[in-house]
Amino acid sequence: MTDAPSVEMRGVCKRFGALQVLRDIDLSVARSEVVCLIGPSGSGKSTLLRCINFLESYDAGDVRVEGRLIGYLDDRGRRRRMPGRALQEMRRSIGMVFQHFNLWPHMTALGNVAEPLMRARGLRRADATERAAAMLARVGLAEKAHSYPARLSGGQQQRVAIARSLAMEPRLMLFDEPTSALDPELVGEVLNVMRDLAAEGMTMIVVTHEMGFAASVAGRIAFLDQGRIAAIGPPRAVLHDSGKPRVRQFLQTYHERNGF
Amino acid sequence: MDFSLYLRYGPSLATGFGVTLLCWFAGAALGMIIGFILALLRRLPVPPLAWLLRGLIEVVRGTPFLIQLYLLYDGGPSFGLRLGATQAGILALGIYGSAYFAEIFRAGFAAVPAGQVEAAQSLGMPAFAILRRVRLPAMAVAIVPALTNMLIILSKETVVLSVITVPELMYRMQSMAAETFATFETILAMALLYWLMVEIVARLGRAAEWRVTAYMRAA
Repeated sequence: MTDAPSVEMRGVCKRFGALQVLRDIDLSVARSEVVCLIGPSGSGKSTLLRCINFLESYDAGDVRVEGRLIGYLDDRGRRRRMPGRALQEMRRSIGMVFQHFNLWPHMTALGNVAEPLMRARGLRRADATERAAAMLARVGLAEKAHSYPARLSGGQQQRVAIARSLAMEPRLMLFDEPTSALDPELVGEVLNVMRDLAAEGMTMIVVTHEMGFAASVAGRIAFLDQGRIAAIGPPRAVLHDSGKPRVRQFLQTYHERNGF
Repeated sequence: MDFSLYLRYGPSLATGFGVTLLCWFAGAALGMIIGFILALLRRLPVPPLAWLLRGLIEVVRGTPFLIQLYLLYDGGPSFGLRLGATQAGILALGIYGSAYFAEIFRAGFAAVPAGQVEAAQSLGMPAFAILRRVRLPAMAVAIVPALTNMLIILSKETVVLSVITVPELMYRMQSMAAETFATFETILAMALLYWLMVEIVARLGRAAEWRVTAYMRAA
């Protein structure tokens, strides 16, 4: 158990109706590793990420988190859905940050962070509130604890969402385009929080279009195309030295759009 | 105009108003509870159940309340259901209302942004906690106006209960009119009392709306 990789995907396939979104995905992520998933839209990056905490079910293959199959139980050659409680328990140690933050608008920043501590970790209100306040301070939002999400900027909302996940003390963090919905000048504050997290040794899988972040923080970058991992390796190898035409074409389009 | 009639019939009208309020409160509460359960059951991934419930809702919505009331009160005993007039009236209001409430709740569930629920699921919150702490507050904003509307409609449907001799306001009014021939005084009293009731419901609705949207005004 202790030597199992953080995430291990083997032969994972997923289809939405006639559309094959993931084709035979193999991916292993070590503890404390940061892996960025890049690629054109519709290539399956988000779906792959969402299979890891089973927000999306997969049709074939195995997704193991710390050695344990998520979403299903294999029993004498037959596979059935994992009971809700077991899935909830696994999800508690897998944090997820969404493109659109997904804060609960009827709760304050503090409420958003404290709520899952009470409902999923069973903390008493006083303890949950104390830990929530500490987590908000950690992402630099102590003074916004009593603000509702509608009164926060996108960058602040995303930092609250990160605090909400971190408060659960996850051993793995999934980021689904965490800066794509932000105004350009707010991207930095979120990336800085993520950089700190990576430096502290958090295992992270990040779907992103921020090539600079991927190049500087990721241990490896995986390039997805049409549901397959078309290239994977250290940033330099994938971003600069890739011989694959599809990767080069994607990066060229990216550079042209960003004017350099 | 003979206002002394109101002194004479005051106690009778007041009792009738009380019965009307009771039928409305109890019928609406029953309707909301059944409606909410129907809406929850329709969300289960069991297609035959979903079709059955949808059919039931369509039948209740598609038939006049008066007919449902007669069916329950006069037809009830033939399948072993013997109810007093007021009990039958409350039950009928509840069943009638439940079909509409179920649709309101169904729309409410559909209005909850999927991302808010996914966030709760990704944090490992139990389904019931997600329902209570995430789905319901998000739904409330969307459905309170429709709920208020339905409560007003139900409050006015209570007049129909007079046909099965529930001693509610309409029933008392009819006695008053029949005994005194004072048509105008009767209609005036009726208009005022029903308006009073609708006003109460509307105010409650506005208060509820104010409450569930409080976070939008907070600093």
